[in-house]
Amino acid sequence: MKGSFAFTLALGDDALIAAQRLAEWTTRAPEMEEDIALANIALDQLGAARLLLSYAGELEGAGRDEDALAYLRDDREFRNCLLVELPNGDFAVTMAKLLVLAAYQVPLYTALADSSDERLAAIGGKARKESAYHLDHASLWVRRLGDGTEESHRRMQAGIDQIWPYADELFVAWPDAPVDPATLRAAFDETVTTVLTEATLTVPEAGWSPTGGRDGLHTEHLSYLLAEMQVLHRAHPGARW
Amino acid sequence: MSQQHTPLWEVFVRARRGLAHTHVGSLHAPDAELALRNARDLYTRRQEGVSIWVVPASDITASSPDEKDAFFDPAADKVYRHPTFYEVPEGAAHL
Amino acid sequence: MYGNDFSGEDPPGGLLGEVEAAEAALRAAAERGRAAAEPGADLAAYFAGIVDADQKVEPRDWMPEAYRRTLIRQIAQHAHSEIIGMQPEGNWISRAPSLKRKAILLAKVQDEAGHGLYLYAAAETLGISRDELVDLLLSGRQKYSSIFNYPTLSWADVGAIGWLVDGAAIVNQVPLCRCSYGPYARAMIRVCKEESFHQRQGYEILHTLAHGTPAQKEMAQDSVNRWWYPSLAMFGPPDGDSTHSAQSMAWKIKRFSNDELRQRFVDMCVGQAEVLGLTLPDPDLRWNEERQSYDFTQPDYDELMRVIKGNGPCNRQRMEHRRRAHREGAWVREAAAAYAAKHTEKEKVAA
Repeated sequence: MKGSFAFTLALGDDALIAAQRLAEWTTRAPEMEEDIALANIALDQLGAARLLLSYAGELEGAGRDEDALAYLRDDREFRNCLLVELPNGDFAVTMAKLLVLAAYQVPLYTALADSSDERLAAIGGKARKESAYHLDHASLWVRRLGDGTEESHRRMQAGIDQIWPYADELFVAWPDAPVDPATLRAAFDETVTTVLTEATLTVPEAGWSPTGGRDGLHTEHLSYLLAEMQVLHRAHPGARW
Repeated sequence: MSQQHTPLWEVFVRARRGLAHTHVGSLHAPDAELALRNARDLYTRRQEGVSIWVVPASDITASSPDEKDAFFDPAADKVYRHPTFYEVPEGAAHL
Repeated sequence: MYGNDFSGEDPPGGLLGEVEAAEAALRAAAERGRAAAEPGADLAAYFAGIVDADQKVEPRDWMPEAYRRTLIRQIAQHAHSEIIGMQPEGNWISRAPSLKRKAILLAKVQDEAGHGLYLYAAAETLGISRDELVDLLLSGRQKYSSIFNYPTLSWADVGAIGWLVDGAAIVNQVPLCRCSYGPYARAMIRVCKEESFHQRQGYEILHTLAHGTPAQKEMAQDSVNRWWYPSLAMFGPPDGDSTHSAQSMAWKIKRFSNDELRQRFVDMCVGQAEVLGLTLPDPDLRWNEERQSYDFTQPDYDELMRVIKGNGPCNRQRMEHRRRAHREGAWVREAAAAYAAKHTEKEKVAA
């Protein structure tokens, strides 16, 4: 079923690129405890990516495994949303990205857990709990930064403003997908609005909303990310690791 | 730069249903919510069903000098990432 | 009696078995019990009695000031090493050659942060704060293990660090599971159990490379060539030149000399290298029937001293990286403190 392959691949790519970005924080977090927390979230995303990409490879039936899909595609073949490939920025930007991503993944995986596709349902069931934790973590920090010092408030608002336009792409209608993302928007808006309000932040106005990731038209950032991620694997074709 | 100390918290974990909460160590966090979060990441990782208590270290009254309770219970609760996951090739000793 | 378990045959389970034995010994020592010091008792004699009986000194016990200072220094350096030690391996997370390896490496580097935190917490029981310890590291007044001032130039270095560096660390640390200071001993038991996973993942990486393509095997051999002597240097200067050893041995903070541990490490590695099919870069490495140990070439201790003094390949880079993370995180830590202050106030008012 072709629709299911493209959908599974898109979700797998979201998780993989998010993991790659979050892992960049390792050894750089604002506090040692947060280094551990960000690594945990990166590991969750990476775990979900592996399950999703492996399954996408099976659905495709062309003999590609998780590593073939992760390491041997170019940026035009990646189907992740633009949000996850954006650079980390400061800690506020990263928390804004995580808030938006998790507020999308929680209802997505929750709906997926009821999918008629048993494999996707199992992945959704597992990832849903992890995403709930990610959402919790992002909310906790957005509240602290928003309602912390003047500087942190300014940075957090700037982070949200910068990230906000990229949220729209997540909910573009995909009617023949196992879960149509358009149906998740209301839950997302409610979650994010509550967090931002508690954090004394302003929900940005709707406006520019860039898209293209699901069609393989990415920002300039993705190609660099992939160049780094894939360099060693590609330097040794066919090698085992 | 802030010079105020981030408070120290003592962490207690119930590893499994039926067991009492046991002291597993301590950590720093500015408030209780973060302390709980950090405790989960540092001392339990992803174990389902565990229960965690965090207590400000400054609120603990201790008998002195002969203190019976351990500061660092060697917890057997951290079962994630076992070394047995790795295949040790035939003949390799002392690993 | 504590020396016996290191001679002759390894207990079942190798190093992990030794950690478990140390844990059992710790429990046994606790079972033996000891009456509390009477008011007015000779506290120094009480302390000496605990150490002599292989029992544990606990945080609120009286202890000699020099014992406290020695422990703070040692535990802090150990904690700093875990935190700085995240960098060389962290360098390869983004480029790990398979998703499985990426996950394992990320988990491993994360463990190191956890070990750093266990150890800082152990040091704090001696009456020093983590903030002070972090300041001592960032201002260069306390050191971390010199091994982390070498660069990771290839993926195989992740394997070599796991096998050789973590291997050497475990050989060093397993005896510390029997250290006389309770919190340190208990932290080390926890750390060593997790380190065992680290060593094995490194060995597995090298084994896979050594049995892979010619380019992979060459990468593995090059890495072992570069990491062998720095790993031997991890045990510190030769016994004759070691400044802290004798007193630490008497206090049972340290239980074996630098040279004893180094020898033990070499004896372990030779067979492991053979199984890998890699060569240890020492032409004079050979079995000595009389000593029942391998003769080997000593590492370059002048180089060790240069690196300790700050002139290794990566000293500046590692310190600047740590300082920058700390500096750039300041506004986040301040925000969290400000939020906590505001909301604790609110809760008090509400109550």
